[in-house]
Parts: sequence; structure tokens; C-alpha cells
Amino acid sequence: MSDTTNSGPVLAADGTPLKRSLARALRMQKIRALMLIAPLLLFVLLTFILPIADMLFRSVENQIVSETLPRTVVALADWDSESGEAPDEEVFTALAEDMKIAAEAKLHTRVGSRLNYENPGISSLFRKAGRKAKKWDIENDGPFKEKFLDIHKNWGSPDVWRTIQVYSPKLTNGYFLNAADMKKGADGAEWRPENEQIYWTLFIRTLIMSLAITTSCIILGYPVAWILANLPSRSANLLMILVLLPFWTSLLVRTSAWKVMLQQQGVINETLVWLGLVADDARLVMINNQFGTIVAMTHILLPFMILPMYSVMQTINPTYLRAAKSLGATNWTSFWRVYFPQSVPGIGAGSILVFILSIGYYITPELVGGTKGVFISNRIAFHISSSLNWGLAAALGTILLVVVLGLYWAYDKIVGIDNVKLG
Amino acid sequence: MKFSKFSALAATTALCAPMAYADGHMSNELTLVSWGGAYQSSQHKAYVEPYLAMNPGLKVIWDESSAEAVAKLRAMNEAGNVTWDLVDAVASDSMRLCDEGLAEEIDHDNDLAAAPDGTSASDDFGALLVSDCFVPQIVYSTTFGYRTDLIDKPDSVCAIFDLDKYPGKRSLQKRPIDNMEWALYCDGVAKDDIYDTLSTPEGVDKALAKLDTIKDSVVWWSAGAETPQLLADGEVVMGSTYNGRLFSAIAEQNQPIGMLWDMQSFDLDGWVMPAGLPEDRKARAMDFLKFATDTQRLADQAKYISYGPARASSAPLVGKHAELGIDMAPHMPTDPANAGNVHVYDYEWWADNRDDLDGKFQAWLAK
Repeated sequence: MSDTTNSGPVLAADGTPLKRSLARALRMQKIRALMLIAPLLLFVLLTFILPIADMLFRSVENQIVSETLPRTVVALADWDSESGEAPDEEVFTALAEDMKIAAEAKLHTRVGSRLNYENPGISSLFRKAGRKAKKWDIENDGPFKEKFLDIHKNWGSPDVWRTIQVYSPKLTNGYFLNAADMKKGADGAEWRPENEQIYWTLFIRTLIMSLAITTSCIILGYPVAWILANLPSRSANLLMILVLLPFWTSLLVRTSAWKVMLQQQGVINETLVWLGLVADDARLVMINNQFGTIVAMTHILLPFMILPMYSVMQTINPTYLRAAKSLGATNWTSFWRVYFPQSVPGIGAGSILVFILSIGYYITPELVGGTKGVFISNRIAFHISSSLNWGLAAALGTILLVVVLGLYWAYDKIVGIDNVKLG
Repeated sequence: MKFSKFSALAATTALCAPMAYADGHMSNELTLVSWGGAYQSSQHKAYVEPYLAMNPGLKVIWDESSAEAVAKLRAMNEAGNVTWDLVDAVASDSMRLCDEGLAEEIDHDNDLAAAPDGTSASDDFGALLVSDCFVPQIVYSTTFGYRTDLIDKPDSVCAIFDLDKYPGKRSLQKRPIDNMEWALYCDGVAKDDIYDTLSTPEGVDKALAKLDTIKDSVVWWSAGAETPQLLADGEVVMGSTYNGRLFSAIAEQNQPIGMLWDMQSFDLDGWVMPAGLPEDRKARAMDFLKFATDTQRLADQAKYISYGPARASSAPLVGKHAELGIDMAPHMPTDPANAGNVHVYDYEWWADNRDDLDGKFQAWLAK
């Protein structure tokens, strides 16, 4: 009976406490599992998470001004931007010194481009001043204020100096303000003039259009998925190829095909005119507007809606429907009360896929969207590839990411993310 | 036995020797970036084929990435791995690359060939050297084509704003550049005052107000191939695009399209060398650059495409189209008959104001 009175830990065969021995065995297992996924984890980290984090950081990063013009930034700190006058000689001497060093390292035009995003015209001020500054002798060539004003009169403009002062900190919220149609005014953030406001319009339009595309995908995709799920497998396979066919065709080809179909001299209009349904001088405008964008993108994204719906519908047992009908339900009631609720996870999965994909689309809207069908992603693409204002592009992208995560959260609260199935 | 071994060795050495001698410090690979299509093939025939004939061991790789060259070069530069040796870019992009420190500065007189008569390269290119990092190849223009069978022959660029006389849709590029200038010009602003007017907020409003009068009749394009297609389909009756695109629609495809050269907007396309290339690749790129931008090579390119050579000394050498056999000079934007009234694009002004005006223009478009 001595065994039962022993209150010490349970021991394993080799005498170590069982708890520790078990933990060690499990730890080995965990490490082995981790080693197995390590390549993937590393790959995702290096090619996905780090670049995204780097891009997000660019939306607030602004070291270039204080790094390239260190003396000027310090000298300018005491200058009162409300004075209505350019700063004094001390600041100009500091700028001359910074400019000379920057021009020798060919960095002055980069700062110029950076500040030009905030105040158009600064880029050429820096380009011109850098060319001269290379030849200056800082010790003996002063005073520099006149020299700068000789290069361009705008070096005397308080507005230029205010921009340098406002954008001298290492971190800035300026990009986010720009992305929200605001700017840094004399007393904090203020709205941009109405003729420069564009991003709010585009954000809201992107969300509304994406919702419209998702809805039309549900309406068109649901019956197709239903037929696919209820046909005998041989005909279902044939139909499935038709659904998948667009997947194997280039996006540009499909978009151009819609142009041929929808334009005013296109197939649909010609047919309608030939049938006498539409007058020759009143042809329908179906492309280069929101309608064209919704049609073309619905077509492109439809498979992403049909496939999850189909795989969920396949798992719905047909006997449930028969049972409902044998209990006296009409066709509609048995569909609506029995079949439809079971297919909702497929709709959920398809909707999330289509909605998120359409928010990021920009090639199709660019080609068929005209002026009213353009998305926010078109502007992000412009700032990445053309204006090189990556800070603003990053800010716009961050906002879009936060909005999508917010919608995902709301979806989880309302529908529940457990209720999404891909099959 | 001994002898044959020796001779084999000698033969190998002899084979290797010329290569090693000629290319001792030059890379044997050259990656060129261009726009693809007819333009890139004209560069290949006029520059690369003769250069390859002179340098048999060389491997030339084309990358059709010029449309996104600015962003890609910046990304490559930040990653410290630039894989391109020479990039074909439009002048405004070359200025941006130069400003961002992504392009190598070029000493035009020392690095490039002089004209056959001894004129220095910088004099031969003249005012077309718009940036320190840029070597121009061609002068192209953005100009209008119209359907000869659907509307009367227009004689002024202002026909685009005249919906009564020239009814139908027109296509314009989805960007402020050129469109703002044409709008002001047709609103009665003198050509010399266009950029001064555009520098004021009222001038911008004025230009947009003029564009507003035709906004509902405009199809906006973003790829150069769109206007010729829209014209061919009869979707628009007139539209702007690059003159070379109109040339091939008219001369090669025999479409009922006419050229309207009035107020054509000259622009330049040329080479940019990425900054910070290793020495051997830089030497190779410089050697090719000097060859490919000499007087004869630039004139040869005009055999394959209707863009004007950037050197003054090349103009008299422009001959006939290599396949169609037609005289190319009258199809050049720079031909005196076509260049009677041209719009001179102010690069410096647009470098300063492009982003700002683009914002306003897009806001106007979205309204």
C-alpha cells in the first residue's frame, strides 16, 4: 500500500517525471513540424510579409529631407512661417552648404522631386540651384540669399520654405492626408480645394462597384452552379469546361472582346439597329462607363463565384428536398427553407473572393471604364509606375487594406467566418 | 601526336584571342529595354543587327518593359540588382530617372559619335538634349487622325472642339499633357503664352472648361493602339495618337484615315543608362550607345518606322521604307510640310507640374 501514499510526481520508466518526459517528446514533434513548414514560412516571410511591411512603412517615412538638408532643417527650425517673408541669410548659407554636398552626390534632385509632390515647382528650383551650387565656395562666395534669388525668384517665396519646414520631420502623416483629399495647411490638416479632391470619390466608387459586381456574380452564378451540381456527372464535366474556359484565356483578350461586343459600332448595337429596336443615331452607350466595367468584370470574375458555390452545392443531400416536398412544402418553400440555407457558405466564400479581387482590379477598368468606371487601384498603379510617388501609393494601399480587413471583420460578426466553405 | 596536340592548342588560342582582345573589358551580354512591337523591331534591324555583325560573340537580350521602366528601375536600384544595360524611355521619364539618381549622366560630346562633317554630338542633337542622362533617338509626335469618309477634312487642331462642323466622338489620351495645351490654344491663347497661362489656377480652369465642352463626346485612351482601332471601327471620327501608329493604319493597312499635322506635339524617345552598372557592362553599353546613335544608324531606323531621326545630320539620309518602298521623308513629323505649326512641349514645366495637374485632371475626369 506504500504506492498510494507516495505523493511525488509520476515517473516515467527512466526515472524522469512523466510530465517533463512528455513535454520533451512533444517539443521534438513540434520542432520537426516547424522544420517541415520552415521553407514555406521563410518564403512567405521574405517574399510577402516583409515587402508588404516595407511598403506600408513608406506611407509615413520621410527621412530624405532631413538627411539631405541637415543644416537647413536645423537653421529653419526657428523661422516663423507666418512672417510672410523668406528666412534670413543664415538659412540660405546652410542651404548652400547642403546643396553643394547633395549636388556632388547627385541627391539634390531627389529631394526636389519629393517636395514637388507637395508644392509643384520645387523640383526645378532644386535642379537649377544644384547646378550652380556645385561650383560655389561656401567660405568665400556669400551672401547666398541673393544668389538663390538670382537662380529663381521663388527661392524667396515663403510658401516654398514653409513646405521644406513642414516636411522636415523624419516621419510624416502628409501622405495619408493626401490620400484623404487633405493637406497640411498653416494650422494643421485642411481639405484640398474641391477641384483637387478625387480619392474619396474613388474609394467609395470602388466599394460600390465591387459590391455591384459581386451581386451580379451571385445572381448569374447561382443558377449555373445549381445546374452543375444537379446534372449527371458526364454533362456536368462538359459544362464545367465552359465555366473554366475563360480562365484559360488572357485577361486582355477577354476585355478587348467586350469592347467589340459593346461599343457603339459593335456587335450588340449593330444587331439592335438591324432589328429596328434602336435608331441608328441613338445607339446605346454600353462601354467606357460603369456599365461596361461591371459587365466585363462580372464575366472575368464569374468562375471565382461558381466554383465555391458548386462544390458546396454538391455536398447538399437531395433527399432533404424530397423529404421537404413529401411533407407538403411547395417547390419554392423547399428551395428557400431547405436548400438555400445549406448553400449560403458557398455564396459567402464566392462573394469574399470576388469582392476582394474586384477591389484590386485595375487593367479592366482602365480599358473599359472610361471616366466613371475608374477604380482607386488605377490611381495606385499610376503613383507606383508613373509619378513614382510611392509614399502616396503606399498610403492609399494601406487605407484599402484596412477597409478590406474592416469589411472582413464585419462579415465575420454578421455571417460568421465559420460559415464560409470552399467545398 | 605532339604536333597535333600543339596545333589544337594553337587553334583554340587563335579562336579565343580576337574575342579576348576586342572585348577584354566589355561584357558579352547586353540587355536592352524597349516598347516591343514595330518600334522595337525597327531598333533591332537598324542598330542591333549591324552591331552584332561587328561583335560576333555578343548576346543581345530584349526586354519589352519600357512602359513600366521607371518603376522597375527604381525597384531594381533599391534591391541593388540592376539587370538592364540600356533603357528606351520617353524624354519626360528620362528626366524623372535622372532626378531620382537612377540614370547615369552622359557626356554627350565625349561619349557619342560626332556627325560625319565633324559637328559635335551636342550641336548635332541641339535642343533635343533635354536631360543630362538622355540620348535621343527619334522625334515622334502626338497628333490627330480623322476618318476621311465620315467628316470633312479638318485643317486646324481646333476641329476637335467643333462639334457642329465635325459631329461624332473623338479620342484623346487620358492625361493632361497635350490636351490642356490644345484646349488653351483653341480657346484663343497665343502659343507663346500657353505655359504662362497654365501656370495660374485660372488658366487650368480655363483649359478644363474648354475640354468640358466636348467631355461627353470623348473616348479616353491609355494605349497607343486604341485610337487607330477606334478610327477603323468608326467608333470615333478623329483622335490623337502617335504619328507612327497612324502611318501604319494608313500606309500599311489602307484604312480611310487622314493625318492632321496641325499643332502636332513633338516628343522624344531615347536611351537612358541605369546608374551604377559594373564596369564591364557599362563599357559594353557605352560602346553600343555610341554606335547606335550615330548619324547613319538613326537615319536607317526611319526605313522601318515613320519617326524622325533625332540628329540634324541624319535627316538628309532618310530613304525609302524597307518593305513598302515609299519615300519616308514626307511621313516624318519633322518634315517641313508637316511641321508648319507645331506645339513645342515644355519638358521642364511638365516635370514641375505633371503630378499636380494630373491630380486636377483626374478629379475633373471623375466628376
